Amino acid sequence: MKKLFPFSQSKIEEARDSSARIVDSLIPFIEARSTASVERAILRLLGVDKATPQGQPWANVIVEKLLEKDLLGDGVAYWVGQALLEKDAPVPQLAEAVVAGRRELGNEVSPKAAEVQEALTPHIRQAVQSLESRSREREAMLKRLGEGPSPLLYVIVATGNIHEDIVQAKSAVMLGADCIAVIRSTGQSLMDYVPHGSTTEGYGGTYATQENFRLMRQAMDEAGEEAGRYVRLVNYSSGLCMPEIAAIGALERLDMMLNDSMYGILFRDINMQRTFVDQYFSRMILAFSDMFINTGEDNYLTTADAYEQSHTVIASQLINEQFALRAGMKPARIGLGHAFEMNPDIEDGLLWEIAQAELVRQIFPQCPIKYMPPTKYMTGNIFKGHLLNAMFNMTSILTGQSIHLVGILTEALHTPFMHDRYLALENARYIFNSARHLRDEIVVNPSGRMVKRAEEVLDSTVELLREIRQTGLMKAIEKGAFAEISRNMVGGKGLEGVFVKTSRYLNPFVAAFSRTEASLA
Amino acid sequence: MRAGLKSVKPYGDTMGDGAVQLSFTLPLDDVDQAREGGRLLALKMGLENPRVVFAKRLGREFVFLVVYGASKHSLDVSSLQVSKLDVVLMSHEEIREFVRSRIGRKIRVMGACLGTDAHTVGIDAVLSMKGYAGHKGLESYPDFEVSNLGAQVAPADLVEKARQSCPDALLISQVVTQKDIHRATLSRFLDYLDASGERSKYVLIAGGPGLTHPLAKELGYDAGFGAGTVPEQVASYIVQELARRKGK
Repeated sequence: MKKLFPFSQSKIEEARDSSARIVDSLIPFIEARSTASVERAILRLLGVDKATPQGQPWANVIVEKLLEKDLLGDGVAYWVGQALLEKDAPVPQLAEAVVAGRRELGNEVSPKAAEVQEALTPHIRQAVQSLESRSREREAMLKRLGEGPSPLLYVIVATGNIHEDIVQAKSAVMLGADCIAVIRSTGQSLMDYVPHGSTTEGYGGTYATQENFRLMRQAMDEAGEEAGRYVRLVNYSSGLCMPEIAAIGALERLDMMLNDSMYGILFRDINMQRTFVDQYFSRMILAFSDMFINTGEDNYLTTADAYEQSHTVIASQLINEQFALRAGMKPARIGLGHAFEMNPDIEDGLLWEIAQAELVRQIFPQCPIKYMPPTKYMTGNIFKGHLLNAMFNMTSILTGQSIHLVGILTEALHTPFMHDRYLALENARYIFNSARHLRDEIVVNPSGRMVKRAEEVLDSTVELLREIRQTGLMKAIEKGAFAEISRNMVGGKGLEGVFVKTSRYLNPFVAAFSRTEASLA
Repeated sequence: MRAGLKSVKPYGDTMGDGAVQLSFTLPLDDVDQAREGGRLLALKMGLENPRVVFAKRLGREFVFLVVYGASKHSLDVSSLQVSKLDVVLMSHEEIREFVRSRIGRKIRVMGACLGTDAHTVGIDAVLSMKGYAGHKGLESYPDFEVSNLGAQVAPADLVEKARQSCPDALLISQVVTQKDIHRATLSRFLDYLDASGERSKYVLIAGGPGLTHPLAKELGYDAGFGAGTVPEQVASYIVQELARRKGK
């Protein structure tokens, strides 16, 4: 891709090198641990997708049983493997028996790891194959239907009722949307389980459940057939159930997940050990399933000042990139996020937004950059809000952004009405079409304001990452390096679900995901 | 010339023209049917000479309309009473400045969804870092120490928790209003507080979509905040009320 700004690559390389070291130093800590949610994700990948009549997911019941017996340190797979050695059965059937109390986990039949592995192998292979078949389905549909031009138009639906969401989403697709995100109900990120079944009551959004995923997938496949392009479906692999949502999303062929290595720590006060371990396995699932992640750096700018904190966004993107690469993700699936959030009253504010967006584009040339619309300075003045969104749209097409969350004029008032979304999509499509090749035609003043601004931000990024590299990421977060929020290592929610693995701990998916398709066949 | 307070009407470019613009979507498939339907609906809404100036199909079964018309209604505002909370709205920065110059210490705030209510959306909007609609919550204010007890806190527990940590302000959220449960719960909490003789120690605030300032006052709270409240309003009120109490 053409570069608008002349930069020395060496600064970018230094920043990336610092990030790599920051992340590398955390990997041994992460690999020594697992969490309740990682273990539940393993069960869900193995097909354990039901709940008790009271609505308690089987995955939770089983993990809690092992926790009570103090056996979770070996990993749920280890004990499922032992039970299969005792008596082989489909894993969901075994799970049902365990939940009903007819069978127990925790009888060690064989102490030999190889035998446990072997008992699990056919079940793991089956699980992996079902993930692969979902990827192949997507590939075939993309090939047959194609997709919209870049930037992809991304809209949200959030009625609280999955059936109403489908109505809204179908209309959005007809009006040009390429990606549909179903916003989750307020508070789901802090629930330590994934609700079961289809849901019709949510607050500010709709619960993420496997059944809701399935219903929306089916509807969006139909809408995509009709519109003649593949519709990407988005949800949130974040909060206390990050790996589980990744698993059920992969099983239902969702295409993108909001997934950030630090968002939960900062903005949901989730414990940092929990988050670092959870994001690692969730990204392995997403990488294997050829799904995109969208990171959440836009949130930094709604909390702290967008002009002053630009460098923390880039620093976080570089760290998110490294975490994603460590989990096996390809750059083309790492949708790093940022936002158009500067105060519209700043003189030359548009220049600084363009500088930032171009800087992000040039630092991550292969990544599908996710660009978020103004929210902080959206008021009840919907007319001015529509104009702000137009400036955002222009910046996006000019700087070659990839995934464009369409700004809606009634942001800050209510979840979008159908016609709010129509006006927003019309605005974006008009500007994208009208300025499609503007980027190719523009030459930026190499010693001008925008280049100077971008250089300053890059310099501050290099400096910040150098500091974090010295203190370590956990300490840096404690000191409030990101979004001016401080969190400590043992604070926040979900620490009780983190445990150190024993020497016989088993998660066969880690190895299975790193193997090639051919060797599994 | 100015129209009197006895018959106020919307204004476009001529006094008394009643000019109104509105837009809405009708769940109809046919554009012509929707245009005419929209016009008739505007008439029913009390608009004279409604004109549908724009109609666009939004997928199957929906048509978006932009309509202009003239309100035939007018309003006598000469005796209209608007109850207002006595507070000057300040920005994040102004609040910080106010606390540092007028109070000189950290402000402690405790919030909870009281009783059976499990809807933390309101209290989280006001207290959490993420806040609401781009307005960061009180956690993001450097001079505020926030304790959010979350959902379903029993009134007696809240009295006890408050006694232990002595907050300056207590924020009680009530979202569910079925069968007036919010009034009963809010009153019950004050009964407990009175029993412990500690009501005057705190700035007492009730909030929720079904709440208004007059209702909160009626129940015995210092202030009430309803739908659409942003954290700055609550923070502005707390610091100004504390300054007032300090001044006494």
